[in-house]
Amino acid sequence: MFEKLREEFVFNFIEGARWKYIVNGLGVTLKVTFLALLLGTAIGLVVASIRSSYDQNKEDLRPGLWKTLFKLLNGLCNLYLTIIRGTPVVVQLLIGYFIVFVSSNDTVLVATLVFGINSGAYITEIIRGGIMSVDKGQFEAGRSIGFNYLQTMRLVIIPQAFKNVLPSLANEFIALLKETAVCGYIGLMDLTKGGDVIRGRTFSAFMPLIVVALIYLLLVIIFSKLVGILERRLRRSEH
Amino acid sequence: MSTEVLIEVQDLHKSFGVGKIHALNGISTSIRRGEVVCIIGPSGSGKSTFLRCLNLLEKPTSGKIIFEGNDLTDAKVNLNLHRQRMGMVFQQFNLFPNMTIMKNLTCAPMTLKKLSKADAEARALELLRRVGLADRASSYPYQLSGGQKQRVAIVRALCMQPDVMLFDEPTSALDPEMVGEVLDVMKELAAAGMTMAVVTHEMGFAREVASRVLFLDEGKIAASGTPDEIFNHPENERLKSFLAKVL
Repeated sequence: MFEKLREEFVFNFIEGARWKYIVNGLGVTLKVTFLALLLGTAIGLVVASIRSSYDQNKEDLRPGLWKTLFKLLNGLCNLYLTIIRGTPVVVQLLIGYFIVFVSSNDTVLVATLVFGINSGAYITEIIRGGIMSVDKGQFEAGRSIGFNYLQTMRLVIIPQAFKNVLPSLANEFIALLKETAVCGYIGLMDLTKGGDVIRGRTFSAFMPLIVVALIYLLLVIIFSKLVGILERRLRRSEH
Repeated sequence: MSTEVLIEVQDLHKSFGVGKIHALNGISTSIRRGEVVCIIGPSGSGKSTFLRCLNLLEKPTSGKIIFEGNDLTDAKVNLNLHRQRMGMVFQQFNLFPNMTIMKNLTCAPMTLKKLSKADAEARALELLRRVGLADRASSYPYQLSGGQKQRVAIVRALCMQPDVMLFDEPTSALDPEMVGEVLDVMKELAAAGMTMAVVTHEMGFAREVASRVLFLDEGKIAASGTPDEIFNHPENERLKSFLAKVL
């Protein structure tokens, strides 16, 4: 049986240098995932800050231009969250490729933007939950010592919130990594598409698809281990 | 004690919700430089709310807080600047758990007063030494006992060199054997001439250290006077029954 598997492996990956589909595809998958995560985290931090500062301060704001702007901004953020979380990511990807960025042929860029914007909505809610999970006394201590709102957030609240949300953030990263498997819909040669192309060439489904699945699995396991290490390091200041 | 008024409170009202719970019902008083004002009263009488209104952690519904000549309830006033001169100590310590003790003490002076790291650390270490915790500078808050945490919290406020210190039930969350060490630090501070407003259940402390005691009941100052007047010759009926319960 092992001889049979070996033959299959050689046939699918070695002949015609078809392993390149897997390696190149893996590169694309990792690139899209990491860039999208960066974009998503940036969006998440900004939108979460707007949402939670609006919730905390709306009663104290005096009516006026600033309050109106703030309210508008908060409304826009809510709209963004509703739309992104209310539609499938595949549909967003297709809309991104065929409608919004129709003039761009750079599928990696389009996929990165779509996945970044998509994951930003989920990361927003994760970070907002993290900010709300920090004890109110921490905020009061920061303000009573003379820090303004932003200084209190930056020095006191966000570092504590980050530690609280790390597991959920890692979860989001894992979900994102697997979600990018749909970028074949816009013709992007990622890991999944690479495996599928091999299947189309060799008419043999088992080996390419199982290998693709194993690679995803391996990536997730390695990443989970890394997050575990980071969490233990951050827990040094745990109470 | 000088005659200079540091904080003047004019007809302070605070209600929570839409006019539902009246926590403060018209409080007027003034705190002079060097004075130690202890605020006592039954729970729910508005003691903590009153104290938290002084640095506007709680926003008064109406009335004025005039601190060093500036009306803090005026929306145009830069509150952050004035808060730097009002240290606050909380019942739950509220040390920053993500920072070492040293970082807890130096981050505000370095960020807000632009002190160099060396200067900020020297000042922090000197104050830590005075409360007997110089050897804990590199510890994290979770490694300290409650009493130690509260002493650090006092030092954190002192590092900003405030003009007045506000204490919100500083010993209420402590195990009984740790109350003394915190009160000792506060006594030392009072002896050094610090202006203090202290919400407390420690009648012994109020009797010994206070220059004036305010008895709050149902959001009003029901009685006010020297510790001798309040504790030894109470006239107010509510005060009498309160003292009968706590002493």
